[in-house]
Amino acid sequence: MQVQTHVDIHSEWGIVAARQAGRKLAREIGFGSVDQARITTAISELARNIYLYANKGQIQIEEATSAGKRGIKIIATDQGPGIKEIRRVMEDGFTTSGGLGAGLPGVKRLMDDFDIDSELKVGTTITAIKWLR
Amino acid sequence: MNSVIKDMVLEHKEDITDSWLKEISKFRSDDMLQNISDKMYENTNLEFVNILILTVQKTNEELEHDELIQFVEKLIQIGWPLNYITRGLQEFRKACVEIISNREENSHNNLEFFKKIEDWIDDIVNLLVTQYSGSWENTVFLQKMALKELSAPLIPVFENISVMPLIGTIDTERAKLIMENLLEGVIEHRSQVVLIDITGVPVVDTMVAHHIIQASEAVRLVGAKCILVGIRPEIAQTIVNLGIDLGKFPTKSTLKKGIESALELTQREIVELKK
Repeated sequence: MQVQTHVDIHSEWGIVAARQAGRKLAREIGFGSVDQARITTAISELARNIYLYANKGQIQIEEATSAGKRGIKIIATDQGPGIKEIRRVMEDGFTTSGGLGAGLPGVKRLMDDFDIDSELKVGTTITAIKWLR
Repeated sequence: MNSVIKDMVLEHKEDITDSWLKEISKFRSDDMLQNISDKMYENTNLEFVNILILTVQKTNEELEHDELIQFVEKLIQIGWPLNYITRGLQEFRKACVEIISNREENSHNNLEFFKKIEDWIDDIVNLLVTQYSGSWENTVFLQKMALKELSAPLIPVFENISVMPLIGTIDTERAKLIMENLLEGVIEHRSQVVLIDITGVPVVDTMVAHHIIQASEAVRLVGAKCILVGIRPEIAQTIVNLGIDLGKFPTKSTLKKGIESALELTQREIVELKK
């Protein structure tokens, strides 16, 4: 059976909950401590983006399988304002909140597959996968 | 309390109790009550229903100092879930309405009668839920205070050298506290070098890094130097992956090395005594 965890983000504590759920599943799948740290950090970034820009949303964490590979899949969904310039948010150092601007490009580097889908005033869905090597 | 209901409830006390006990034992399996012994569960149920029936004789003011409250406080203390209370009361209402309307001819289809029962039970529900949530709010508040107390101490270790060990998740509120304590402490202890130890921080994401960078920048402005220590290997890798630039920042792997370099910065060193 596929393991799935769903965490609602509507406060900063949601970020912690999502992170812990992610770490737990990553450990169960068999990721090493460095990859566990990568995965938790990626979840932390995505959850924080939800909290910061959309106020609330969901993080879904599940096991992913493809062509004999196993991995962990993180899906971050919100019904927030959407991202105006997707190309620019993927550049290092671009920020609209006064942060470091390393969040999304950082998540892309931390994970293996990265997919972003956003529509203005409708919301954003980000899917990221890390494969077990 | 309305005397008509009171008489009816007291008259059919046994039937209500039986029907309620039957219902309540059904939903035991689907919640957190499984690991409670059968005997304990039965006794508590019996106590609960007896107290509930007695409340029909009491006014609202009397309820507040009642054994009902004591009973609920006991449940809270031993950690029974709130849904035991709410479902228990729902079933109790059903049992009352069903049994009384079956037995009493003149109460049949009498809206007034149902309303009376509703009012009676609703008052109890409100009272108990308030009691429960009050105790939770209190717990959460106390934990928050406890957390804040161990939040971000600045410890002077040598003259002019202080250490701030950070343990646990850093959220916005804590980040603010870190900044305040850091700056106040630096002035108070006249520190020249401050070591920020992040060994106990589970995740360093861009926000945490941002707060640390800001804090050290502020420390620089008041004339002291910041060294970041306790960067675990996996954290080092994620920081590089995230592309966070800590180039301007002196960092050391352990607190020990940090202290050595802090002593160096203040023209001192640790020497072993020759005997």
